[in-house]
Amino acid sequence: MAEVISMEDIRATASTLGIDVSNIDFDSIRLPPGEDFGITSDDDLHEEDPLEYDSGFGNIIVVDNLPVVPREKFEKLEGVVRKIYSQIGVIKEDGLWMPVDSDTQKTLGYCFIEYNTPQEAELAREKTNGYKLDRAHIFAVNMFDDFDRFMKVPDEWAPPETKPYTPGENLQHWLTDEKARDQFVIRAGSDTEVLWNDARHLKPEPVYKRAYWTESFVQWSPLGTYLATVHRQGAAVWGGATAFNRLMRYAHPQVKLIDFSPGEKYLVTYSSHEPSNPRDTHRVVLNVFDVRTGKVMRDFKGSMDEFSVGGAGGVSGVSWPVFRWGGGKEDKYFARIGKNVISVYETETFSLIDKKSLKVENVMDLSWSPADPILALFVPELGGGNQPARVSLVQIPSKEELRQKNLFSVSDCKMYWQSNGDYLAVKVDRYTKTKKSTYTGFELFRIKERDIPIEVLELENKNDKIIAFAWEPKGHRFAVIHGDSPRPDVSFYTMRSGSNTGRVSKLTTLKGKQANALFWSPAGRYIILAGLKGFNGQLEFYNVDELETMATAEHFMATDIEWDPTGRYVATSVTSVHEMENGFNIWSFNGKLLYRILKDHFFQFLWRPRPPSFLSPEKEEEIAKNLKKYSKKYEAEDQDVSMLLSEQDREKRKMLKDEWERWVNDWKRWHEEEKAERQRLRDGEASDEEEEYEAKEVEVEELLDVSEEVLSFDLDQE
Amino acid sequence: MRPILMKGHERPLTFLKYNRDGDLLFSCAKDHTPTVWFADNGERLGTYRGHNGAVWTCDVSRDSMRLITGSADQTVKLWNVETGAQLFTFNFDSPARSVDFSVGDKLAVITTDPFMELTSAIHVKRIARDPSQQTAESALVIKGPQGRINRAIWGPLNRTIISAGEDAIVRIWDSETGKLLKESDKETGHKKTVTSLSKAVDGSHFVTGSLDKSAKLWDSRTLTLIKTYLTERPVNAVTMSPLLDHVVLGGGQDASHVTTTDHRAGKFEAKFYDKILQEEIGGVKGHFGPINALAFNPDGKSFSSGGEDGYVRLHHFDPDYFNVKI
Repeated sequence: MAEVISMEDIRATASTLGIDVSNIDFDSIRLPPGEDFGITSDDDLHEEDPLEYDSGFGNIIVVDNLPVVPREKFEKLEGVVRKIYSQIGVIKEDGLWMPVDSDTQKTLGYCFIEYNTPQEAELAREKTNGYKLDRAHIFAVNMFDDFDRFMKVPDEWAPPETKPYTPGENLQHWLTDEKARDQFVIRAGSDTEVLWNDARHLKPEPVYKRAYWTESFVQWSPLGTYLATVHRQGAAVWGGATAFNRLMRYAHPQVKLIDFSPGEKYLVTYSSHEPSNPRDTHRVVLNVFDVRTGKVMRDFKGSMDEFSVGGAGGVSGVSWPVFRWGGGKEDKYFARIGKNVISVYETETFSLIDKKSLKVENVMDLSWSPADPILALFVPELGGGNQPARVSLVQIPSKEELRQKNLFSVSDCKMYWQSNGDYLAVKVDRYTKTKKSTYTGFELFRIKERDIPIEVLELENKNDKIIAFAWEPKGHRFAVIHGDSPRPDVSFYTMRSGSNTGRVSKLTTLKGKQANALFWSPAGRYIILAGLKGFNGQLEFYNVDELETMATAEHFMATDIEWDPTGRYVATSVTSVHEMENGFNIWSFNGKLLYRILKDHFFQFLWRPRPPSFLSPEKEEEIAKNLKKYSKKYEAEDQDVSMLLSEQDREKRKMLKDEWERWVNDWKRWHEEEKAERQRLRDGEASDEEEEYEAKEVEVEELLDVSEEVLSFDLDQE
Repeated sequence: MRPILMKGHERPLTFLKYNRDGDLLFSCAKDHTPTVWFADNGERLGTYRGHNGAVWTCDVSRDSMRLITGSADQTVKLWNVETGAQLFTFNFDSPARSVDFSVGDKLAVITTDPFMELTSAIHVKRIARDPSQQTAESALVIKGPQGRINRAIWGPLNRTIISAGEDAIVRIWDSETGKLLKESDKETGHKKTVTSLSKAVDGSHFVTGSLDKSAKLWDSRTLTLIKTYLTERPVNAVTMSPLLDHVVLGGGQDASHVTTTDHRAGKFEAKFYDKILQEEIGGVKGHFGPINALAFNPDGKSFSSGGEDGYVRLHHFDPDYFNVKI
């Protein structure tokens, strides 16, 4: 590693070389790839694997509290110790050393064990610290390196230095954009790029671009403050007023998945590690970080099995996110589903509520209300149908059951919360009498009403398969795609019907739509019925207030659709699951294609989320009512921009044309000069284009055959 | 604009060429017989039989008397356009990829593929006025570029040869000495194989099409990059309108992937671009395989395209085309 050179030294060196340092743009200096001139980049996370380096004794452990034995018993004790410790990992040859007191010829009651890897040593320390050999001998196991470290602790306490407060950047600067634009991040090839969606200019405007910014994916925090990147050594978050600076790093070797809490206070990271013994299951490590301080608030370790119980848990791997965050935006609680238990933690102490988990036999699935600390649980049928399946709502932290519903002959359940937590829809797949097939119904819970009334909704055709379901964000309506796959129907329902507020009623059914996914605008009212994958990217922009189609379009092969957080624009993208057509389209909310960008190897498109609006619902309503008044200003701006654009366009075209004209004229001159030469090459024949081109139409008539035939013509009419 | 479908080839088309008067259209395909058609109504006039492999290119002399064809059977043949008689055969040790007559038709530049141990090469042959005087000797052989040379044409006044191929670099050679004069810049130039190269009527500029999904316009004298046309699919064929400032790009997905995707995904359209503004103007659909060959009638009033699907489509423009304003 190169020694650190102070700025003074650099200036001194520069002045001797006659270079003015102030004129150098240090950001423009690029090192050739693969060469760092011994300068370590501060982009890498250094805190990785603290066991690897230090003194190189990282794979040695010290086992204390062994019995003190005389010489005769030495072999036996060594055998016992070796047996215990070789179960955990491979002890190096001559890696076990039990010192003997030269005076008494007895052991000293401790020994050193050296493993091949620090990981094994760490594991051995974890597993055997506190191991009871017998009552009197409880092992105390430590890493060899730790001795050194703890010995160095100064005897006298020194108060930690208090750093003067420096105000940070405004991390929400992007919200103050004068043109009220939204940002998005795209990942294509090795580049990750943040752009403004400049819909007025019909093109994106770059904000920040960086190659190899992340090693697997990027993710916005739920309120849009941070952009998270994932690296081998851990995760990092980026943000800031003008550029994207790294704000914090979260060391977690081989991190695979990350998840923010909804209020973006905490970040959960996940990794799974190959076991040293292939018969064992993977080891799983989860860390919960405080996003702003970067501190680990709690870590969870265990085998893959412990973390993959419950509903969606597949054969391999856990169902992500392992921890579901609840209690609204305050990030108060998070819950995890285990075998027959639900563990709910609270973030004040990062421990289980009431110090114990919630016991629920066979629980399959859980989901939080997006707004309140209410958990919805699903327990399937037990004992071959003797004990019915049930869905229950549990209040946290009281763990009181608010409502419960028993369901019979159920094959599966899925829970859908409305975004304000006003309603919960449970999609229930039931067996028919013969148990050969299933049909689907909905149980609709009205959470905010007294006693939480439940309503049962069945589709008109009970045998229809449900392809998709979606609540209107902040609204009272929902959409369902049902029926058979090539041309299913789409129905809209409302939880409030005109006179009778307590009943669900159907608004309309659209027959035979090529759709398999629903995308509501985040502002409600508009929805896109999309036919992704099998349907080649059919899009229908539908207005649910007016119950009319605004536009139909197609983004061929589209794989993903995402509304911008304001509900003004929609992005449809083709990611690299397909080879061709990679890139994205930006549409207006009513289905007008604004622009189209193609990028090879396109991986991700994510709008930067916005925090919720500060406007009260009343104010919002008022604005909607007097939209004309408010929109005037923006319409004028729009017009100015379009004028400017066409002006610029004209100028650019004129410039290009002039440039071309100049070039062509130059050429003509050359060409003229060479005319004689060319003529010579053609043996004196008048040269090419100098001779006028003349098209003559020549009519050719060819007489093929002439024959005469006498036809008898009978005039007899009798 | 209803195209005339010319079905005469049994294998994918490789090259199309109009004669100078614009009344004849020569087509080459992977079947072994170059064919000549009436450029007006698409009627087949005749074929040139004798090759024993895919025919990659052809060129026709200014007086429409001679046809030269290059084939994968390792020969280049001279034909009598009118009778279809073989006049001469140049034998090579590897497939001939491209042929081009010089101004005055006294020279021809031929490129041969790398084959077995042989590297690719550019050969210059003298073409005798009288076929009986024709010899097989090369006036010049240029070697050097890596990989296949997909196209070599004559520069202004036959003083230079412009070549491009698999190594994505466009080169200008001295046609007397064989010295390399200019090379396109790696940064601004093509990133993948250059598949086609076509020059303007007056030879002032030429356009190259590449698998990197772009076409580029260059100055024939200085090899300055003038324009770049970006598209969404690999470009197999390029041509320029002699009448208007239009560039036409043809291409599509690699033929080996065609069966696995929808026909819309392949983008087998001939795309029209404004030569100066570099903006897309329109497209002509129809082929159900990638377009391998494009040619403009010298009068600029019709063009033809040849596809992997074995069809030649002859398009006479509607009057509207000539009024397109952007």
